[in-house]
Amino acid sequence: MATLRIKFRPLPAASFAGLAGFILLASCLGYGQAVNSCLDCHSAQPGRLEVTPEKFSQDIHAQKGLTCVSCHGGDATSYDPDQAMSRKAGWKGKVDRRQIPQLCGSCHSNPAYIRQFDPSLRTDQLDQYHTSVHGKRLAAGDAKVAVCIDCHSVHDIRPPSDPRSTVNPVNVAKTCSRCHSDAAYMKQYGIPTDQFAKYNISVHHDAMVVRGDLSAPTCTTCHGNHGAAPPGVDKVQNVCANCHAFQAQMYEKSTHYKAFQAASLPGCVVCHSNHGIHLPSDAMLGTGPGGVCMKCHAPGDRCDRARVAILSNLTQLDGAIKDADQALHLAESSGMEVSEARLAQDQARDSLTKARVTIHTFQPTLVDQDVQAGMKIAAANLKAGKDAMVERNHRRIGLGICFIAIAMMLIGLWLYIRKLES
Amino acid sequence: MFAPLIRWLDERIHLDDLIAPFKHKTVPRHRLSYWYFFGGITLFLFIIQVLTGILLLLYYRPGANEAFESVQYIMTRVQFGWLIRSIHAWSANLMIFTAFVHMFSVLFLKAYRKPRELTWVTGVILLVLVMGFGFSGYLLPWNTLAFFATKVGTEIAGQVPIIGKPMMIFLRGGEEVTGATLTRFFGFHVAVLPGLVVVLIAIHLFLVQRQGMSVPPKVEAEWAANPAARREMKFFPNFMLREMMAWYVAMGVLGALAAIFPWNLGVKADPFVSAPAGIKPEWYFLFMFQTLKMIPSKVWIVDGEVLGVLGCSLAGLLWLLLPFFESDKASRAKVWITGLSIFALVYVIGMSVYGYVAN
Repeated sequence: MATLRIKFRPLPAASFAGLAGFILLASCLGYGQAVNSCLDCHSAQPGRLEVTPEKFSQDIHAQKGLTCVSCHGGDATSYDPDQAMSRKAGWKGKVDRRQIPQLCGSCHSNPAYIRQFDPSLRTDQLDQYHTSVHGKRLAAGDAKVAVCIDCHSVHDIRPPSDPRSTVNPVNVAKTCSRCHSDAAYMKQYGIPTDQFAKYNISVHHDAMVVRGDLSAPTCTTCHGNHGAAPPGVDKVQNVCANCHAFQAQMYEKSTHYKAFQAASLPGCVVCHSNHGIHLPSDAMLGTGPGGVCMKCHAPGDRCDRARVAILSNLTQLDGAIKDADQALHLAESSGMEVSEARLAQDQARDSLTKARVTIHTFQPTLVDQDVQAGMKIAAANLKAGKDAMVERNHRRIGLGICFIAIAMMLIGLWLYIRKLES
Repeated sequence: MFAPLIRWLDERIHLDDLIAPFKHKTVPRHRLSYWYFFGGITLFLFIIQVLTGILLLLYYRPGANEAFESVQYIMTRVQFGWLIRSIHAWSANLMIFTAFVHMFSVLFLKAYRKPRELTWVTGVILLVLVMGFGFSGYLLPWNTLAFFATKVGTEIAGQVPIIGKPMMIFLRGGEEVTGATLTRFFGFHVAVLPGLVVVLIAIHLFLVQRQGMSVPPKVEAEWAANPAARREMKFFPNFMLREMMAWYVAMGVLGALAAIFPWNLGVKADPFVSAPAGIKPEWYFLFMFQTLKMIPSKVWIVDGEVLGVLGCSLAGLLWLLLPFFESDKASRAKVWITGLSIFALVYVIGMSVYGYVAN
């Protein structure tokens, strides 16, 4: 009988087993993925030195293939701290705050480099930053001012379109407020710190946060982002005009424009304020607590008379629209079809809105034109509502006559049946 | 005044022979006779539907871009257009109501028994067709509520296993409720359903005339015990005159509803907006809708909606075949059917009310 003899040789067998084990282990551990020794150590570091793989994986840069080395230098493939963080390997260590804009700009100001990731991304952030108050102060040696990471965060920088981003439109005001609402931090600059509190009660905040309109203004809309600076006193209307174009055009042709410029008054802000802008109301033209005109004008002067005329016109149209609404509502609740007049009410409301915009000309005759157009529509709608009620009454009279006729027929039939069966 | 005309017609078509059966026909007269009127009132309301429907056709334009506007035009510009549309809508609802009343009265008075099984079957099919009129007509003004009610309704039809999806696509004229659905429903509403209903009404009336009015078992027993108590009246003119009185009352109710509560037009349908919150079907579908809503999404391994649709279909089929479960002999079936009838009435009313008040 033939026997198979295997000669056992310990060394080659151990080598083979070791290689097989290594291959198996490497497969399990995902060998072949990029090694990042920085995260292995820093995920266990305390406080500000802690950067976990989970946190860094959220960063847009990590998602685009950049690593710690891209900003900090060094050798991320080495698990030897001396080698990984050696100057020889280009390690920069913690980047100095003053150098951060320059560091970020080394990529973000390079159109050829940025184009390969996002061709539409702007590359003028650093140039803009140099023109900003933050940039100028930094250049002057003030390291307290905001640099890129103060607004964009660090190691978990998300694109602005991400709702979790610190520079997403919804979060911008809060991000700015981290410094600008800190009275102690801002003390040396001598500027107010109530902007965020005021913004939170403004119509713009309401539009942005409550109504979710991301096109509504936040800090950067008026002040700029990378080139953030207070708008100049004579440039305020240019800022507001980005959205409120008609109002700005009218204002620039008005008598107020020249007067405000001569007095170095900041345009729109004089009546509407800046950070705490409330929804404008006709009360702003009044003499009550919300009134703004009489802060500058004297009672009975030419401008006061214009104010009274404009306010009276607006009140008249507002009242006419409400009367028409009431009449149409009554008709509707009586089952009458008045949807066309209901739709036309929107045109009357549009006229009122237009008249409220035309106020910025400060010319009663121009406001009156819009008001009269609205009055004509509101009057027609009021008539439609009243006509519907008259029609409703006619219908009920008709119904009464029909009831009488039906009752007579029923009585007649009943009598006939009785006669027939008697 | 009409005597010469009648004489003229009689000479040519022997009018007397034609109306002779009606002259000899009698109707039982007892304490429950008034239930007989509901079938006639339903017929009267159907005639109103046909007449007002024809008038509405003069101005209505089927099409997603025109339907709403044309109904708005009828309501606001056409002389008495509001009245015609309101009467059409109200009489549709009243017709379904009186059809239900008629069905349950037939059930409780045991009028479906042999030899009237076919009258019951045609009647139940007529009720389904009338509800089909309601469903198809509801979409025609192309307003938001109608649009989404049709969407939900056809989705439910789509739950039927195997044939559901093709049936839904057939009803909608595509995957979604669009202008094609409106045109299709218009066709069902003014051509297919009226044709079927007229044929079935003719058969139903023929059977009623041929077999006469049923007498409730209790009254029958009383008359058998005391033959002198048996009372009858001539169908023509005595019963017809009473029926006319009922029609006049129905006309008065209809006129009052149309004049005091003109049928609302609503807002034009916009397929791109979300469905209004708490949308519900018309009242006559509420009991089925609420039943489907209350069935869990999964019952054992069967999808809840599929189970609900199949259950409703099976219940409808059993309802249609109800007379065939009752024999002439006294049996448990009789008690069982009476119990089922009471349960059905309580269930339909209860679930409709619950569906109306439920969020």
